Amino acid sequence: MGFLDKEFTDGNIVIAKAEDLFNWARLSSLWQVSFGLACCAIEMMATSASHYDFDRFGVIPRPSPRHADFIIISGTVTLKMATRIKRLYEQMPDPKYIISMGSCANCGGPYWEHGYHVLKGIDRVIPVDVYVPGCPPRPEALLEGLLKLQEKIRHESMIKKTA
Amino acid sequence: MKKAEEIFQLLKDNFPASNLELKTDQPTEAIIIASPLEIDKICFFLHDAPELLFDDLMNLSGVDEPKAGLLAVYYHLGSTKIKHKITLKVSTDRNKPEVSTLTEVWKSADWHEREAYDLLGIIFLNHPDLRRILMPYDWDAGYPLRKDYENPEFYQGMKVPY
Repeated sequence: MGFLDKEFTDGNIVIAKAEDLFNWARLSSLWQVSFGLACCAIEMMATSASHYDFDRFGVIPRPSPRHADFIIISGTVTLKMATRIKRLYEQMPDPKYIISMGSCANCGGPYWEHGYHVLKGIDRVIPVDVYVPGCPPRPEALLEGLLKLQEKIRHESMIKKTA
Repeated sequence: MKKAEEIFQLLKDNFPASNLELKTDQPTEAIIIASPLEIDKICFFLHDAPELLFDDLMNLSGVDEPKAGLLAVYYHLGSTKIKHKITLKVSTDRNKPEVSTLTEVWKSADWHEREAYDLLGIIFLNHPDLRRILMPYDWDAGYPLRKDYENPEFYQGMKVPY
């Protein structure tokens, strides 16, 4: 990472690359759209609650997509909801990230064959950064998904396109 | 508390011109079969008659019966005052499925009938607001719970099949 490597002895000056600084700032305060869909949303709420404490990673649920840095697609995405999610995503300011949580959001889950109303994977509508498998994933799995997203942001480049 | 046979007899006495039938050989409750365009009158009677007082439409469900060429609606009625129950069934032609609405009798019929319309395409005559309720409003691929339903390839540019 190299962000805090070159700390001077008096402790008031830090030298870092702008890229590292921005990436560090971004990954340390990921604000989440306060948005949940199905049983995965229950696990997501448990992750936010005191026992698993999403807040220690800087994740704060925001009531508007315009405040948010990332969105967790937590649950079954119906075709009717997919158009709404697309609109939510488009309202988020750049840079923005997406965690697809659970089998339904990843690929349609148990509705893959007979779910006439289910979108078979949210990546058909918006670009996904991290897929979290599970049905529903336990809070630990979602936390690992967030850590993976942080890892991705840590290695982003301002010059090279990553996505 | 009235038994299905007694309820059926009361209906026969009050609707002599109607084509009513009682089916008791059911695994659950007995079913009274009525005609789809008279069901509202029959239900008004079941709701208001002091010895019946069916104040609760517990459930309303549509059923597709393609072999018989029919779409059926089942009504599960209950009375919170007299504590008896009855099931009604109406069948209608699959190509022109029209049933009288019960929204005037029980307000709860409103959304149940919208669901049966949405998923099976049963038209409830004189319904105040017969729109789709679960599927998107602009869904034009048909009625998903019909046995011969085929899912569309795309909806609003999104691929639908797996």
